[in-house]
Amino acid sequence: MLLKILWRNALRHRLRTSLTVAGMVVAILSFGLLRTVIDAWYAGVAASAANRLVTRNAISLIFPLPLSYAAQIRAVDGVRLVALGNWFGAYYQDPKNFFANFAVSADSYLAMYPELVFPEADKAAFMRDRKGAAVGAKLATRFGWKLGQTIVLTGTIFPGNWEFTLRAIYKGRDRTVDETMFILHWDYLNETMKEQSPHRADQVGFFMIEVNDSTRAAGIAQAIDARFANSRAETLTETEKAFQLGFVAMSEAIILAIRAVSFVVIAIILAVVANTMAMSVRERRREYAVLKTLGFTGTQIAGLIFGESLVITALGGALGIALTFPAAQAFKAAVGQFFPIFNVSRETILLDAAVSLTVGLLAAAAPAYTAARVRVAQALRKLG
Amino acid sequence: MAEAPLIIIKDVVKSYRRGNQTLPVLTDIDLTVPRGAFLALMGPSGSGKSTLLNLIAGLDAPDSGEIVVDGLTVSDLTESDLARWRAVHVGFIFQFYNLIPVLTALENVELPLLLSGLSRRQRREHAENALALVGLSDRLDHYPAELSGGQQQRVSIARAVVSDPTLIVADEPTGDLDRNSAEDVLNLMERLNLELGKTIVMVTHDPHAARRARTMIYLDKGVLSDAPQNPLA
Ligand SMILES: Nc1ncnc2c1ncn2[C@@H]1O[C@H](COP(=O)(O)OP(=O)(O)O)[C@@H](O)[C@H]1O
Ligand SMILES: [Mg+2]
Repeated sequence: MLLKILWRNALRHRLRTSLTVAGMVVAILSFGLLRTVIDAWYAGVAASAANRLVTRNAISLIFPLPLSYAAQIRAVDGVRLVALGNWFGAYYQDPKNFFANFAVSADSYLAMYPELVFPEADKAAFMRDRKGAAVGAKLATRFGWKLGQTIVLTGTIFPGNWEFTLRAIYKGRDRTVDETMFILHWDYLNETMKEQSPHRADQVGFFMIEVNDSTRAAGIAQAIDARFANSRAETLTETEKAFQLGFVAMSEAIILAIRAVSFVVIAIILAVVANTMAMSVRERRREYAVLKTLGFTGTQIAGLIFGESLVITALGGALGIALTFPAAQAFKAAVGQFFPIFNVSRETILLDAAVSLTVGLLAAAAPAYTAARVRVAQALRKLG
Repeated sequence: MAEAPLIIIKDVVKSYRRGNQTLPVLTDIDLTVPRGAFLALMGPSGSGKSTLLNLIAGLDAPDSGEIVVDGLTVSDLTESDLARWRAVHVGFIFQFYNLIPVLTALENVELPLLLSGLSRRQRREHAENALALVGLSDRLDHYPAELSGGQQQRVSIARAVVSDPTLIVADEPTGDLDRNSAEDVLNLMERLNLELGKTIVMVTHDPHAARRARTMIYLDKGVLSDAPQNPLA
């Protein structure tokens, strides 16, 4: 019956309650979406493996390293596998069609990335075809590409029209894997450079290194950089995670702002719910005094108020969470090309739920305290 | 041998503080109420009738003095002990009924029984009996807003007796009712007193209501007496 009181009290001012619940829905929805955007930003970081290092030019990512470094890196103790690659930076048909495309040493690179899952036969076909391309399933779907089809990319860093035959389509091992990459053979790029602009041949944008023991990664990175210290092109080697974080760091201010906004939204809804609860409790001071008269304790009365507040925030929170999925889908459809991974994570949902609960409890705290301490004799005085 | 009185009030003093001013309300009250009494407490407005009633019912504590109800010194109890004691021993009737608007008549009457450990079925049965007693068996599912003032007051009487308390306190129970409804309410209280043996302390400033009680006492300027100091009051 106390539940009945609690529930009916919540429905007493339909409009006020509906508006508060609606506010809660919007707040949780925005909070969830903003968190998902931040997650998308960090997706590359989350997907990175602890046993992979990236070596690049110490001055900047845009300066290359000599191909000869590959053998020297391979000789460093603890290095199991070395792959190399260049950011290819081409587009398909229209410069607006942005997606990641890399020229890589295919066999070592794919060996290092078991999270890219291929049908074996297609993978072999890609390996055999120097002008072949391997792409992620989402990218293939986006442009309607089929296996065996010829794809022409327009180069920006490496000018000209580049023709590839689509040989393989990979899927991610799990949801954190980017399925929008375009992979081509570094050899093809390098041989073309040898013919067209020899000074750009045998130049590598980055080396990917797999180490035997991820706990020794830091030491191995140091050993690699030491080997090239005071050389013509010094290197900077870091874990794949640190490397990805470096990208994210460029937009850190924006992320910080988004994060701040996501909490401001929660602070606002907390104020709204707290106000609703305070108004309701003020109106019902007399009823709570009656309950006390009948022998109900302050704790029981506080429970009623916490319960009512939680009904409101749980309702709003649940609706907000439910709406986050379609909203994220719509968001992804609109700007998905910039965020290859745009998933509403379990953590976000749990955080949504935790936030709803916290708002419910905090909003009720002050009104519950007041109501629990209501002085019966005073509250029941005539006309009170 | 006479039974021990139900209520013994000794040397009770109560004052209210407003800012740094102290307003004395009850200066030195001594009163005993025998078991089974129907006592009307009269006096002009602001004389402290409600204050005294609240002290008896354990809704407030005196500054000094002692209040014993049914052998228990209620003026010594903590707030939560008082709450538990009230739930079992005291039934309340207010001037403004004070029903919970989101509960039906039946649910309002059932409410005090939530603290009693009775089963759901027993609670319902008791509540229905109490409403039958006040003649409202046909209004069980009505909400307070759907009842007249007199009917609401009868629901509140049912709520006051449902847990079978020893003592019923009523603060101006007819103050907000028309003559006929007031008559119904007074008849009911008389029955509670005579048929069910409830001890009733009723605050009123309506002489007509007071005459229905079996004893009258007057409170004026913080002092009790058996007759009004100013007969015109
Ligand atoms: N909570 C309170 N704080 C301050 N003064 C109060 C309070 N309750 C009652 N009073 C004062 O005490 C006096 C007695 O009040 P009350 O017992 O309600 O009188 P009655 O019921 O006889 O009309 C009045 O002057 C009233 O203003
Ligand atoms: Mg009064």
